[in-house]
Amino acid sequence: MNMEKPTLEQISNSLKEKFGDSILSQTQEYDFPVLVIKKESLFQIVRFLYDDERFQFRYLTTFCGLHYPDSSQPFGIMVQLHSLVHNIRIRFKSFTTLKDLEFDSLTPIFSAVNWMEREAFDFYGIRFKGHPNLKRILNVEDMDYHPMRKEYPVEDATRVDKDDTMFGRKSSGYDREKLMSGKQ
Amino acid sequence: MQTQDITQKEEKQYTTLNLGPTHPATHGIFQNVLKMDGEIVMDTEQTIGYIHRAFEKLGEHKPFYQVTTLTDRLNYCSSPINNMGWHMTMEKLIKAELPKRVEYMRVIIMELSRISDHLVCNSVIGVDTGAMTVFLYIFQWREFIYEIFEEICGARLTTNIGRIGGFERDFSETAWKKIRHFVKEYPKGLKEFENLLMRNRIFMDRTIGCGPISAERALNFSFSGPNLRAAGVDYDVRVTNPYSSYQDFEFAIPLGTQGDTYDRFMVREHEMWESLKIITQALEKLDKLEDKNTFHAEVPEFYLPPKEEVYNDMEALIYHFKIVMGETDVPKGEVYHCVEGGNGELGFYLISDGGRQPFRLHFRRPCFIYYQGYPEMIRGGYLSDAILTMSSMNVIAGELDA
Repeated sequence: MNMEKPTLEQISNSLKEKFGDSILSQTQEYDFPVLVIKKESLFQIVRFLYDDERFQFRYLTTFCGLHYPDSSQPFGIMVQLHSLVHNIRIRFKSFTTLKDLEFDSLTPIFSAVNWMEREAFDFYGIRFKGHPNLKRILNVEDMDYHPMRKEYPVEDATRVDKDDTMFGRKSSGYDREKLMSGKQ
Repeated sequence: MQTQDITQKEEKQYTTLNLGPTHPATHGIFQNVLKMDGEIVMDTEQTIGYIHRAFEKLGEHKPFYQVTTLTDRLNYCSSPINNMGWHMTMEKLIKAELPKRVEYMRVIIMELSRISDHLVCNSVIGVDTGAMTVFLYIFQWREFIYEIFEEICGARLTTNIGRIGGFERDFSETAWKKIRHFVKEYPKGLKEFENLLMRNRIFMDRTIGCGPISAERALNFSFSGPNLRAAGVDYDVRVTNPYSSYQDFEFAIPLGTQGDTYDRFMVREHEMWESLKIITQALEKLDKLEDKNTFHAEVPEFYLPPKEEVYNDMEALIYHFKIVMGETDVPKGEVYHCVEGGNGELGFYLISDGGRQPFRLHFRRPCFIYYQGYPEMIRGGYLSDAILTMSSMNVIAGELDA
């Protein structure tokens, strides 16, 4: 087995070779390479990096949901993979719209992602196709909203007895109705 | 009239047993609905979230300094590591360079917290096997570590220790004296603790082969920290991605082979010795350093100025208000920083949009990730082994539910 440490360039080249236009951008954020990819090929890319003997990205560091309300594709996920053999870390991000809020589940590859996907579902309402048990995890089952979305204030928005704007508690500033309807 | 044929073979019946949410043996709020075949656990359904406090949401609404108090309440057995992990994340974001003295001081505090964390976990394994004595004996040392923390930052459990860029004040004479006393005297206490448990026949019979997990499964479940190392994988953030000058220190990574309760116990036990070694080295390095006074980096935009200066100096007053009100500019960007916490890789994923609060803050909480492996580990074992497995995994409810 070839155990030479692959460079980042080799990894991104082989990804580009195999998945071509699925890679939308590649940047370096501090010590992390960040690849934004199309959501359709997320599963395939993670599978490829897991299986490939040269890279062996077989440790899922973390996974979480994202919400950028001002973007045309506001919802996203972030996956961080770690090749323990070569000690290389890599981060993927993938985005979608409110209308099409579904990603492929990574549970067939990593058992660890099970609860993390449930967490993303719980807090952002992102669904995962192929997840064995997609239900809320930290919040109560009968909750009817997804609290980490930017339009939900941290405190009860109807209160008028407090003016906390100077204390970092200002409202999110996003129009809830507009965001819920999915229009930009 | 039909009569029931009692000789007919009955379908196997299982008992459902509700363990928790507030069962005293689970040391925290965990619910497990167990499917039992007699005394054997067939399966379990875990419910978590009983102490969920929405830290990630709160984090998006707090200035950067106020997030430190949230991290205290993740793994509260070793809160200084969480505090410093967060401060280091911010330092990475603002690209602050820290003086060596500050980094070594941080290493001392982080290793002391690691010892106190492992000590709680290991002595609680003792309690769950019926050996209360060790727990009571060793706890005076945790008390002593908390006294050191109290001397340094004024708090014991939820420490809120340090600042972005270093410490709020230099360690006092008493603090140094206490740290040196700890390094000198603690080995005796730890030795006594080991004598009571390590080669104790009853303890060994009880823990060897209890709740095992293979290295392959542990990796697939993204285990980290002592639990992963007990399964035989030498992954330690302090070595793979050194932070706070850990590359300057000589220490070993203890490994297990079976991934069972005894291995987890032993890995933590040896890690305490390694931590002591690191603290000793850090003290030596500090003695050799010419710098004897620096306790913070020069980052005036983020480091709160001393109170005397705030009262007498215009610039300090401005910085004080800017920091307290969260009005200092931070760079845009996203950082991930991880530290080796008491029970694994504790990561902070921070997206900053240049505002006074994080745009998105995600904690990689090791407990939350490895507690998923629990059903696999207890399947086919006795109920009492399930209790023991849980305490040996060091699942901390505060971190699990964030």
